[in-house]
Amino acid sequence: MTMKSKIETKLVQALAPEMLTVVDESHLHAGHAGHRPGGESHFRIRIVADAFEGKSRLERHRAINAILAEELSGGVHALAIQAYAPGEAAERS
Amino acid sequence: MSTPIHDWIDAQVKANDIVLFMKGTPSFPQCGFSGQVVQILDYLGVPYAGVNVLESDDLRQGIKEYSNWPTIPQLYVKGEFVGGADIIREMFQAGELQGLFEEKGVQNAA
Repeated sequence: MTMKSKIETKLVQALAPEMLTVVDESHLHAGHAGHRPGGESHFRIRIVADAFEGKSRLERHRAINAILAEELSGGVHALAIQAYAPGEAAERS
Repeated sequence: MSTPIHDWIDAQVKANDIVLFMKGTPSFPQCGFSGQVVQILDYLGVPYAGVNVLESDDLRQGIKEYSNWPTIPQLYVKGEFVGGADIIREMFQAGELQGLFEEKGVQNAA
């Protein structure tokens, strides 16, 4: 299973998101610290889930960091997160 | 549990109104995410202390434990952890970061 699918699977199981995209951006960081030849080091997540309703940005990020703790401590070097509750302005594109 | 590196970090966030733990320095960021936060802080013209976590493995690990936050950069205002690069950028775009600095009385008088 690729790291991308692992991340998707864990987030889906934990948060049942209404919308989820996980993008492997490792190729954008070639040559940068933390990049590995196999890639799978830099990811961007956009997620919309009911669970984020009424939660602060810190709480949302902490929830995702906790779900992906294993990945973050083993291999995933950078994780950009955009986390929204349904209907928030920033499903904004 | 207190460790020497946590005590050292604690001293930094208490000694400076705004502290950015980052990779590289404000004048030479060595990571795009750290660089983004530097740009925002410089744009807002607030005084801040940059701490380069690449200078010590202890520090690089310690800062992740200090606020139970797995990534760098990390911004602290008046001793309080505010967020990483995504949160700072979203707060800046929403005008909330400026509001926080005003509320805490740390905005540049100029």
